[in-house]
Amino acid sequence: MAKIVVTCQGQSLDDKVDPRFGRAANFLVVDSETLEFQVLDNSATNSMAQGAGIQSAQTVANAGAEAVLTGFVGPKAFQALNAANIKIGQGLEGVTVREAVARFNAGEVEIASKPSREGHWR
Amino acid sequence: MIIALASGKGGTGKTTVCASLVRIWDKPVQAVDLDVEEPNLALYLKPELSGRLISEMEIPVSDQEKCTACGACSEICQFKAITVLGEYLLTFPEMCHGCGGCLAVCPEGALSLGARELGEVLWGQAGEIDFLMGRLRVGEAMSPPLMRDVKKRLDSSRDVIIDAPPGTSCPAINAVKDADVIVLVTEPTPFGFYDLKLAREAFTPIGKPMGVVMNRTGFGDAGAYDYCRATGLPILLEIPYDRRVAEKYSQGEVIADALPEFRGRFIELAARIRELAAGDLKEVSNG
Repeated sequence: MAKIVVTCQGQSLDDKVDPRFGRAANFLVVDSETLEFQVLDNSATNSMAQGAGIQSAQTVANAGAEAVLTGFVGPKAFQALNAANIKIGQGLEGVTVREAVARFNAGEVEIASKPSREGHWR
Repeated sequence: MIIALASGKGGTGKTTVCASLVRIWDKPVQAVDLDVEEPNLALYLKPELSGRLISEMEIPVSDQEKCTACGACSEICQFKAITVLGEYLLTFPEMCHGCGGCLAVCPEGALSLGARELGEVLWGQAGEIDFLMGRLRVGEAMSPPLMRDVKKRLDSSRDVIIDAPPGTSCPAINAVKDADVIVLVTEPTPFGFYDLKLAREAFTPIGKPMGVVMNRTGFGDAGAYDYCRATGLPILLEIPYDRRVAEKYSQGEVIADALPEFRGRFIELAARIRELAAGDLKEVSNG
């Protein structure tokens, strides 16, 4: 089994993937085989002026995930996730968490080698 | 006396007013461009620069060998500029605010002092005017620490006139907080009014006398005037909307020199500012 973290706008497998990584509303920590999951509230990052992506990467690393599925990962979060050896699947905005996990299981999610967005500060 | 020319809205005429004001002000006077993100006072005063220093901020440099991934540095950092991920210590130098907290708490001596260039401090002479400015490095996001380095060179033996950055966030507050008088440059438009309101609210807690220069009058609406009247914010000067002002400005000229009929208005503004600072402002029209 693989433990993967999916950014989620809500709190269930049938809610949409949150396109934002750093400021995602919630993280669903999903067992990719059984689809058992646990919700991690990520709303605290919304009050951070900066560093939300890094904080989120830390949350994902602490959850013991081996992959993260989301919409976009910025450069700093990308660097942090890489340091923690966590695979990054991007471009999954618009689909449900269930669908995102299914695609990941089917090997249809490309594991990114670079961030999909420039940071907000440039 | 330190006078800061500020505004909520950008493009209201801070630099235009600043350049003219320092030109007619009794010498000695020091003109300071603290709008370090886009300094442009030099375009008008055309100083001869004689000095320059690089402003830096202290940041942590990590030694992965010594780090035990205890996470103490990561915990104390409010900006996520230093983070432990698994066994790996990551630093994001561009996010560091230079507080030194991580260096103080690291029990392993795994962090040492490094530096990040913030920008430059420049100074010189524009005729009789002492000139001082800061210029933020392109790509740098934090201007207040550079502004502090610029302000170390303020010359309190003379009057100082500061061209402040627009807005109401940290850079604007840092530019006005040491001033004796704050002059808010605005315009009679809904944008001008809205941002004047923000600026007055942001700067009121600093507790310094404030007055308004109403620029480009003769068009727009009454919002900013009504606000000044309602809050007792004195209008120190009105500059009528005049195409020639824009033309001279676009050619890098100082209005008080280029358009003699405006010179008197700036002399009057200087007198009003002195009265405002002394707490005995004579009657003003207030629109």
